[in-house]
Amino acid sequence: MMKIAVGPLLYYWPRASVLAFYEEVAAGPADIVYLGETVCSRRHELRAADWLAVAELLRGAGKEVVLSSLALIESSADVTALRRLAGNGRFDIEANDMGAVQLMQGRPFVAGPHLNVYNGGTLALLHRLGARRWVMPLEMSRKALDVLQAARPAGMETEVFALGRMPLAFSARCFTARHRNLPKDDCRFSCIAHPDGLRMDTREGQPFLVLNGIQTQSAAVYNLAGQFDALAASGVDVLRISPQSRHTAQIVNQFHGLRLGTVAPDDAAANIAALLPDAACDGYWHGRPGLELCGRAA
Amino acid sequence: MSESISPSNHDAGPFELVCPAGSLPALKAAVDNGADCVYLGFRDATNARNFAGLNFDAAAIAQGIAYARARGRKVLLALNTYPQPGMEALWRGAIERAHGAGVDAVILADPGLMRFAAENFPELRLHLSVQGSATNVEAIALYRRQFGIARAVLPRVLSLAQVEHVVANTDVEIEVFGFGSLCVMVEGRCALSSYATGESPNTHGVCSPARAVRWEQGPRGLESRLNGVLIDRYGEHEHASYPTLCKGRFDVADETYYAIEEPASLNTLELLPRLLEVGVAAVKIEGRQRSPAYVAQVTRVWRAAIDAARANAARYTVKPDWMTALNALAEGQQHTLGAYHRAWK
Repeated sequence: MMKIAVGPLLYYWPRASVLAFYEEVAAGPADIVYLGETVCSRRHELRAADWLAVAELLRGAGKEVVLSSLALIESSADVTALRRLAGNGRFDIEANDMGAVQLMQGRPFVAGPHLNVYNGGTLALLHRLGARRWVMPLEMSRKALDVLQAARPAGMETEVFALGRMPLAFSARCFTARHRNLPKDDCRFSCIAHPDGLRMDTREGQPFLVLNGIQTQSAAVYNLAGQFDALAASGVDVLRISPQSRHTAQIVNQFHGLRLGTVAPDDAAANIAALLPDAACDGYWHGRPGLELCGRAA
Repeated sequence: MSESISPSNHDAGPFELVCPAGSLPALKAAVDNGADCVYLGFRDATNARNFAGLNFDAAAIAQGIAYARARGRKVLLALNTYPQPGMEALWRGAIERAHGAGVDAVILADPGLMRFAAENFPELRLHLSVQGSATNVEAIALYRRQFGIARAVLPRVLSLAQVEHVVANTDVEIEVFGFGSLCVMVEGRCALSSYATGESPNTHGVCSPARAVRWEQGPRGLESRLNGVLIDRYGEHEHASYPTLCKGRFDVADETYYAIEEPASLNTLELLPRLLEVGVAAVKIEGRQRSPAYVAQVTRVWRAAIDAARANAARYTVKPDWMTALNALAEGQQHTLGAYHRAWK
């Protein structure tokens, strides 16, 4: 049966909200939970020790816990924190930068969606370096995935980002602080006011992107629930659901219903669409511009 | 042969001026005006400036290499997109062609392709492209250990202090961007272009591709669109820029502004003595899509600046006529120090 993963929390929520969120996840049907700060090293509502406590809670509830690394490593302090994460000794890590792969020194890890695994040669290399699972790049199509799946190394699991606003870009600049005319070093933790990010529309009112600190996301929400059968046929092992401030538990339940066969893909896609902060999209899966919604299997 | 400016020799370590060439005339312009190295790409999806009418076929590369070699300069070949599944043969073939043509180094981003190059052409010098997104010493160490890279090009996101830290903690040569169009996002980690158009630097070697651009005169002004998405709208006296999607004006919470980045060019001329001091090995000029005249102008200014800085770093100042020359070429006629300068962030 396909596994359900709750991806790392990409936003900056108050501590109490984060803890309440993971208690709900612990009680739900997800199999895997990715934890930790992947966007900005300045965020500190939860410290490393707090994340480990959440990790133990989830492990106690029977979840596979993976600690996700920061995607953009800039300062020597970032490298030090990464080294500590890689050597934590209790939980596997999701490497979101090649520096994390280097620090794992052959120990098992998950190759995250920001490692740029676009072809079989790179996938084989990461397997040799210890990757036991890889997360498909967001902009990859099903057609491209099928080529990689055909040459997938033995024992390598494939995970697909299946639900959520897509993290599309990273910068040294903080766009949320910029919106308030604040420098990044004195951002006053502006992200905390935007639990699903800060939306950026075109000048004719089309929702386009979402500012999330140094990360830029899609405004439209990737929703592959309707493609469940295609995902299964392509040999995908894990579906990732990216946390949003509301309704994540119901969304996880919809995906659980999909794998149990109690809800049809088109129905699940429609049910989930009503729970999203913005319109759904699925263009990338169909080899189209990411913001498009193609709907049923191509 | 036209009048030629040669790099000066100094006792300090090498500090190379790496200039763009989108065509043979641009390559000659770079060499004639003092580039130590020129970088170029094949005419296909294997490089990150895959624009119509640009880049080199086999004959042009052979001529370019001969021209540069005769004048003691180097030619680097960018193969810095990510081979798409099932199409690896195109990229591997490009490595073979590059090796056969005798380039001085290939600039790669994809680990799988690096492995292919390292295993099949061990004598071929490898540079890690900016598209490889290595921003820290551990990432660079991985590419060094796995593939023996000789040089890494840093993404345009690090401060000068962070660049210094990287240089001090690796034996890989470090190349940084000095001038040209500014990517506000970490190179190799940006899918905004494919989100809007289906094509990105990683997958197709393009950002905000020209085929997706539409200009329309609307009732509220001149509008630029990318695959239908309104990127900017210009008043009568405003200077219109190419609609690179991160450089438009958008609405955020009822405020209209350059929410991501102004259309400005990176210009680090004033940082040159510091770049030399911290041990950066090379400075790169962006712009393989630009004209030979542009390449000539920028190369000439940077050659003069580097020679002045190396001759006497303490007395180095940015000359007004250098800035005048570069400002005339800058995107939106604006310059920024980008991430090298903390306040930019």
